[in-house]
Amino acid sequence: MTIRGKAYIVGAYEHPLRKAPDHSVAQLHADVARGAIEDAGLSRDDIDAYFCAGDAPGTNVWSMANYLNLNRLKHIDSTDMGGCSYLIHIAHAAEAIAAGKCNVALITLAGRPNSEGISGTQVRVRGVNLPDSPYEMPYNPVTLNLYAMCAMRHMHDYGTTNEQLAWVKVAASHHAQHNRHAMLRDLVTVEQVLASPMISDPLHRLDSCVVSDGGGAVIVARPEIARALKRPRVKLIGRGESTKHQMGGRIDLSYTGAAWSGPRAFEEAGVKPSDIQYASIYDSFTITVLLQLEDLGFCKKGEGGSFVADGNLISGVGKLPINTDGGGLCNNHPANRGGITKIIEAVRQLRGEAQPQVQVPNCALALATGIGGAIGHRHGAATLIMERE
Amino acid sequence: MPTPSQDRKISDPAMNPGDEPYFAAAAEGRLMLKTCAACHETHHYPRSLCPFCWSSNVTWIEANGSGVIYTFSITRRGAGAPYCIAYVTLDEGPTMLTNVVDVDLDSVRIGQRVQVVFRKSEGGVSIPMFTPTLAAQP
Repeated sequence: MTIRGKAYIVGAYEHPLRKAPDHSVAQLHADVARGAIEDAGLSRDDIDAYFCAGDAPGTNVWSMANYLNLNRLKHIDSTDMGGCSYLIHIAHAAEAIAAGKCNVALITLAGRPNSEGISGTQVRVRGVNLPDSPYEMPYNPVTLNLYAMCAMRHMHDYGTTNEQLAWVKVAASHHAQHNRHAMLRDLVTVEQVLASPMISDPLHRLDSCVVSDGGGAVIVARPEIARALKRPRVKLIGRGESTKHQMGGRIDLSYTGAAWSGPRAFEEAGVKPSDIQYASIYDSFTITVLLQLEDLGFCKKGEGGSFVADGNLISGVGKLPINTDGGGLCNNHPANRGGITKIIEAVRQLRGEAQPQVQVPNCALALATGIGGAIGHRHGAATLIMERE
Repeated sequence: MPTPSQDRKISDPAMNPGDEPYFAAAAEGRLMLKTCAACHETHHYPRSLCPFCWSSNVTWIEANGSGVIYTFSITRRGAGAPYCIAYVTLDEGPTMLTNVVDVDLDSVRIGQRVQVVFRKSEGGVSIPMFTPTLAAQP
C-alpha cells in the first residue's frame, strides 16, 4: 500500500525554548501539541491518532494521552527508534490514514537534557536483559565514540578529512545566524571547528550537535481535511524505514540504514536525489550527515567529503541546502533526538516560511531523513519525501 | 606528546543466562566464539542460535586471540578518559567491540595486528581487550 498522496502534514510547531528548567517534560509535550494543532487550524477534539516515543513520560502513549485528555483516539503508536522515531511516526500515520483507521494524527517530541546535564560522553543504560550489553558495556561505548569510530573508518577508506567534516558545521552556522531561536548563532569557520576540543578522535566538540531542551510536534491529516484548511499543503509522497546493526559480527560501518530507507522512499515518490530542492539530514554529528548524503545517493559512496566541502550545503551558495534552521549542530536537538525538527524545517521550506535569508526559492520538493540509536552498533533510519501541492 | 593508556574502572557485564561460559573461559585467559555446525559460520556476540542460518546447533570454540583493528577512537572526555574503544576483526572472521590497552593511545592505527589480553571488571570478571603486537602498519 502506498502512502503517496494519501496524507498531508497540516500542522507543525517547534518549541522556542532551548533551556527549560522550569518546565516538566509533560508540559513541553503539551506546549508543542497545542502549538501544532493551532498551526493547523484544528482543535484538540479533531485528534483521533497519537504517536510518541521514548522521550514521552513513561515512554509510551498512556501518560501523555492522559495529560492532554485525548479521548477520541482510534489509533495509537509508541514506536521508539530513537531520534528517527518521528519520521517513522509520520509514515505510520499516513499508512493508518490511508487504511481508514484515523483522520488526524498528532506526533510529539519533547525533553530537557540541557537542564538535566546530559552529555554525549556519558554511558547510557539502554534497558535490561539486553543480549549485547555484556559484550559492549565493559568497553564504555558512548554516543560520541560510537559515531567517531565510523568517522575514523571513513577517513581510512576514502581519505575523508577533518576539514571536510568541519564544513558541515560551518554550513549549519551560516543558517543558524538567521534563526533567533537557535542555540548557537555565531558563524564558525573550519579552523574554529578544528581548534575546538577533541572529544573522541576524530570528532571535536564542534563536530557534535547541541544538547537542548524543548521539542516539536506535527499534525498529519487525510487529504479532504488538508484541503479544507488554510495552510499551504505539504503532501507526503514517499517513505522508507530500516534498521542496521552488527550483522552477527560482519560489521561494516561504511554506510547507514539510510542506504535502505532512502531508496524505498525515492521509489515510492517517483523522484531521484537530484530532484530534491531542500533536505533535512539528521545531524547528531558531522559524520552522520556525510554518511547519509552518500547513502541517499546525493553523491557516490566515499565522495561525501568533497560533496560537503566549500559551502555546498549552504542555502543560496551550494547545490544542496540542508538544515536551514541550523540543524542539530546549531539550532536544536531536543531530548537528544533530532527527528521532529528535521520534519518541521522541511515543512517550513515547502510552505515558503523558512527564514528569508535561507528560504529555497519556490521549494516544491523536500526530503527529511533521520537516524536513531548509534550508527556504530545499532540504529534505525527513516526517510520521508514531501511535496508542496 | 604520547597518551599512555591508563587503568580505568570497568563495569561488570550484565550477564544473561547462557553468557557464563564466555566469561568463565575469559577467567582462564581464553577468548571464546560461537560457531554453527549447520552452516559453519562463526559469529559474535555469542547467541543461542546462529544469526546466519537460525540453527540452534551452535557450539563454543576457542579463538586464537589475534586480530586486526577495523576502527577505533580515543575518547578524551568523560568517565575513564582517555581510553581507546575499537572494533577488532578476529582471525576467525567476526568483528568484536573492545578496548585497546597497554599502548601509547596516540599510536593506535587501523590495520594494526593485536592480541587479546584480559582486564578485571570492578566485580572481578575477566574482560577481553587487545594490545598491538607490531608497530602500526600502513
